Amino acid sequence: MRTTTTPLQRIWEFFVEKLIFLSGFTAIIFVVLLFLFLLKEGLAVFKTVSPQEFIAGKSWYPISKPPQFGILPLILGSLAVTIGAAAIAVPFGVASAVYIAEVAPPRLKEYLKVGIELIAAIPSVVIGFIGMVALAPIVANVFDLPTGLTALSASLMLALMAMPTTVSIAEDAISGVPREYKEAALALGATHWQAIYRVILRAAAPGILAAVMLGIGRVIGETMAVMMITGNSAQIPHTLLQPVRTLTATIAAEMGETMRGSPHYTALFAIGIVLFLITFIVNFTADLFLRRAEARR
Amino acid sequence: MDQPIVQTRGLNLYYGDFQALKDINLSIKPRQITALIGPSGCGKSTLLRAINRMNDLIAGVRVEGEVFIGGENIYAPDMDIVAMRKRVGMVFQRPNPFPLSIKENITFGPIIHNTLKQEGLDNLLERTLQAVMLWDTLKDRLNQSALSLSLEQRQRLCIARLLAVMPDVLLMDEPCSALDPAATQRIEELLHELKAQYTIIIVTHNMQQAARVSAECGFMLLGELVEFSETGQMFTNPTDQRTEDYISGRYG
Ligand SMILES: Nc1ncnc2c1ncn2[C@@H]1O[C@H](COP(=O)(O)OP(=O)(O)OP(=O)(O)O)[C@@H](O)[C@H]1O
Ligand SMILES: [Mg+2]
Repeated sequence: MRTTTTPLQRIWEFFVEKLIFLSGFTAIIFVVLLFLFLLKEGLAVFKTVSPQEFIAGKSWYPISKPPQFGILPLILGSLAVTIGAAAIAVPFGVASAVYIAEVAPPRLKEYLKVGIELIAAIPSVVIGFIGMVALAPIVANVFDLPTGLTALSASLMLALMAMPTTVSIAEDAISGVPREYKEAALALGATHWQAIYRVILRAAAPGILAAVMLGIGRVIGETMAVMMITGNSAQIPHTLLQPVRTLTATIAAEMGETMRGSPHYTALFAIGIVLFLITFIVNFTADLFLRRAEARR
Repeated sequence: MDQPIVQTRGLNLYYGDFQALKDINLSIKPRQITALIGPSGCGKSTLLRAINRMNDLIAGVRVEGEVFIGGENIYAPDMDIVAMRKRVGMVFQRPNPFPLSIKENITFGPIIHNTLKQEGLDNLLERTLQAVMLWDTLKDRLNQSALSLSLEQRQRLCIARLLAVMPDVLLMDEPCSALDPAATQRIEELLHELKAQYTIIIVTHNMQQAARVSAECGFMLLGELVEFSETGQMFTNPTDQRTEDYISGRYG
């Protein structure tokens, strides 16, 4: 049986369609405007410093006279915290994902998944607070440091924050490996563990890499927790046991004190551009891996 | 007469409350092809998977009775299932090469069983790919992904991958059902070659295929092994009325 549309329905359809188009379009416009604004405010910093001095300059003294706007210590601070967090989150995250996807009995699996979601629900200020009052003293004690507010403490807490993303996406990738591969491996006399690391993990590799990248993306952009735990000292780190300061924390801490249009203000926006580019590259790479993973199904 | 290499005694298998195999007593002779036929859902795959304990992977499966491989009950409590599966390999309905290179597919078994050094990589690749008649086509592209192969080539590669671990018994669950008739015919020729060295049990929906390739044949219905006899006899002069009905096309 065929149904005919009434004129009223057609008008309704027309409006709904246009409305959906408009909302999608507005979202894109906003992103573009945001980016243009960021560029406009940020690129002005190069009237004060050269790009070379900005990126590779070793000192960040925005309020000394004359001010120095070298963000290398901040970039390295972000890098130290991120690499530290990744070095902890990746092995633990992938191992948890394997455990949840392949080993845990069904009931436990459900509990673990809920538990992981719960970690994701902890606000970052709470993570920062716990890091400050609970973790930092331990770190100071164990390594005999004057302060526990170091890159290492931040890495540990950020690893915790990256875990939910990493675990749940990696777990999806592992569970998505066709069971035929596992059956084939077992039918060749492989043990469960051999099937996991020789076949399943390799088949899931693009998805696992995407999980890792997205976890890292989460860490790079994090602000509140790092502001509270890194110790906020803008010096080039030589070990993870030193206080550092990240790109994000710098913007958040200093934006309130700047004057609109001043060199300091534009420098903070330029840091925003750098962050934007880094996050974009990380997310774009993750997306590439996810596509590869899709194509393998 | 040869001793049977695979034997089941009073084999019952349950998926939860549903009984999928009912008192199966079967004797498979070595180095020949035995076919299992029967309508869809009668338990052919289940029986085949009971012979290398692949059903262990499914939650809620319960097995009673015994399955002997070369005189050893594989359902005995102290059985080394992994070692047993090395002797009883399986080829699946949908060709399932690993998403790795052709070479890595072949070396998978020998690496995990530590036999690669003994045979040597080159010998291994040539022996197994020759056996499935892929050597000439693939010898120059062994590092390509196995997923770049055609369906028929994939299935041959899966058989080669199995031959690499030198099992005694090959279990094949409708190995040709994803293939076109010409490819099916070529795989059947391959089975004829392989039976000189291997014991093959093949499940098939296709009665002509069973008639063409097998020496002995079992007919299953609703979880029972209704009749088991020499293939020629089953197709010309079945003893059970239900077998006759099936063969003459009276059920699906
Ligand atoms: N994992 C499972 N859980 C519950 N029941 C199952 C499961 N696998 C199979 N069965 C049931 O067991 C019976 C036998 O299934 P099996 O797959 O062995 O049949 P088959 O003869 O191979 O059929 P086909 O020719 O369609 O492949 C069917 O009724 C099926 O529904
Ligand atoms: Mg079947």
